[in-house]
Amino acid sequence: MSAPRIVVVGAGPAGVRAAQALVEAGVRPIVVDEGRRDGGQIYRRQPEGFTRTHALLYGSEAAKAQALHRDFDALRPHIDHRTETLAWNVTAGQLHTVHAPSGATATLDVDALIVCAGATDRLMPVPGWQHAGCYSLGAAQIALKAQACAIGSRVVFMGSGPLLYLVAAQYVKAGARVNAVLDTSSAMPTPAALRGLLQRPRLLWRGLALKASLRLAGVKLMNAVTPLQIDATPDGGVSAVVVRDAHGNERRFDCDAVALGWHLRAESQLADLARCEFAFEPLSRQWLPRIDACGRSSTAGVYLAGDGARLLGADGAEAAGRLAALAALHDLAHERGRTLFAAEQSALQRTLATMNGFREGLAQAFPWPHEHAAALPHDTVVCRCEAITAGELRRSVRELGSQEVNRSKAFSRVGMGRCQGRYCGHAAAEIVAAAASIPVEKIGRLRSQAPVKPLLMSAQEHE
Amino acid sequence: MNKPLPGTGSGGRFVRLAETARPALRLVIDGAPATALEGDTLLVALLTNGRRVRTSEFGDGTRAGFCLMGACQDCWVWTEAGQRLRACSTAVTEGMAVRTTPPASLWPVTPEVVARERGEVFK
Repeated sequence: MSAPRIVVVGAGPAGVRAAQALVEAGVRPIVVDEGRRDGGQIYRRQPEGFTRTHALLYGSEAAKAQALHRDFDALRPHIDHRTETLAWNVTAGQLHTVHAPSGATATLDVDALIVCAGATDRLMPVPGWQHAGCYSLGAAQIALKAQACAIGSRVVFMGSGPLLYLVAAQYVKAGARVNAVLDTSSAMPTPAALRGLLQRPRLLWRGLALKASLRLAGVKLMNAVTPLQIDATPDGGVSAVVVRDAHGNERRFDCDAVALGWHLRAESQLADLARCEFAFEPLSRQWLPRIDACGRSSTAGVYLAGDGARLLGADGAEAAGRLAALAALHDLAHERGRTLFAAEQSALQRTLATMNGFREGLAQAFPWPHEHAAALPHDTVVCRCEAITAGELRRSVRELGSQEVNRSKAFSRVGMGRCQGRYCGHAAAEIVAAAASIPVEKIGRLRSQAPVKPLLMSAQEHE
Repeated sequence: MNKPLPGTGSGGRFVRLAETARPALRLVIDGAPATALEGDTLLVALLTNGRRVRTSEFGDGTRAGFCLMGACQDCWVWTEAGQRLRACSTAVTEGMAVRTTPPASLWPVTPEVVARERGEVFK
């Protein structure tokens, strides 16, 4: 057959390893990435002219980051790398892209599409979170890693998940002032959570060491908190975080910046537009595209890997990216691809099984506190794009009769703003489900719309 | 006399922790001169020179970006010519001039707008 036309979306750990597998098999893929440089979010490269070392930037993961960057640099002559390019729609056999700086559009015919779109932070609204100085946890890390800045001069970290402690520790190490780390999950994981975490003992140990280093640095760490309020003024921005502690006492932490995050949510819009089937994953309480053990979606020719499909973290993404690319070549009856696939499939799947066990442990140790969403005061802003409150969402159920999230979206506009539901969608589903007394998995799934991110009105596709 | 580097004084929201030896760049924010460093994103330039990126069009106060990874679209600003930029994923260049409010001309030119511009009442 003629050379297969394969497009990889994303140049993070999954996308880079997918592209590498394709090149090894003799295929020249197109790699579409929104970033100016490769690495994705986790191994984001600082701009040219910055001088911090890999060891300083990526800590214990420096060797992996360096390997990924080095391997991608070696791939450059063998791929068509399209930077600052948004994949904004998928139609039958075609991917639609736009180059952000120039507005130039392209329609790419694909025999196989490997989507490695990554994840964003998962957010839980807190009264006041819409104000200036409140950031996602990922934002706090990007400010430091990619720009050598702290998001404020006194920072409070609040949420749950391993990233909470990692970013706080990175801030302390870089010389930023961290006033508190407030975790909604309890300090002691359940036996089931621990069993999962012990699948990767080295990572578990590193997590415990991070907490110890923060304590040693004098940072206040609290578990089992209930977020009550982010004190702020419309003009001045945030000034404090108020929580209820495990003993029921109200605690206030002064700050001029807050980093919020509860683990991650998959960027699964392209999979949705490609009409891939989704399934509700009860452990993390989110909808994820259905994939088989090799990353095949339910749509022929569409493969999904990395955190955009399963939230396995960077190591899992590297394995999943490679496996999905080899599976794509196998399915296209590509001879060298088939040989590589046969040789590596089982080992890659075993790696992914270990990563998945650990993921399950994490999801149980740092649960999404869905009950907070259901209990948010009526006047809490849920959609920070358009300042729409929890009360308005509940009204869509109680007064307008909605029993489904897409209907509540139409009634309230929650999920229609600039972020297209990325930061309000999960909480909105919990609020609607609680108001309607329907389990969240029965309340429906917010449908993705093209374009997956806003385009300029001037963008034009040419035939 | 050396002016303090943006982000090291008390005027900005973001605090520079390292990489401060980069060459300085000049830019203009809402008509006022400002400085940044080569390699800064526009968002960092805005938030080392001030405490906000924009004011919410829904009347609930100032905003200063949120995700820094191009997902939330909170940090839109505009060039003097009216082109929309996402500040977190746009690098500052020497002489760049930005507005933190959208140019009025971006709104669709409806008959009401035409009438209003002419000082007429739209019927």
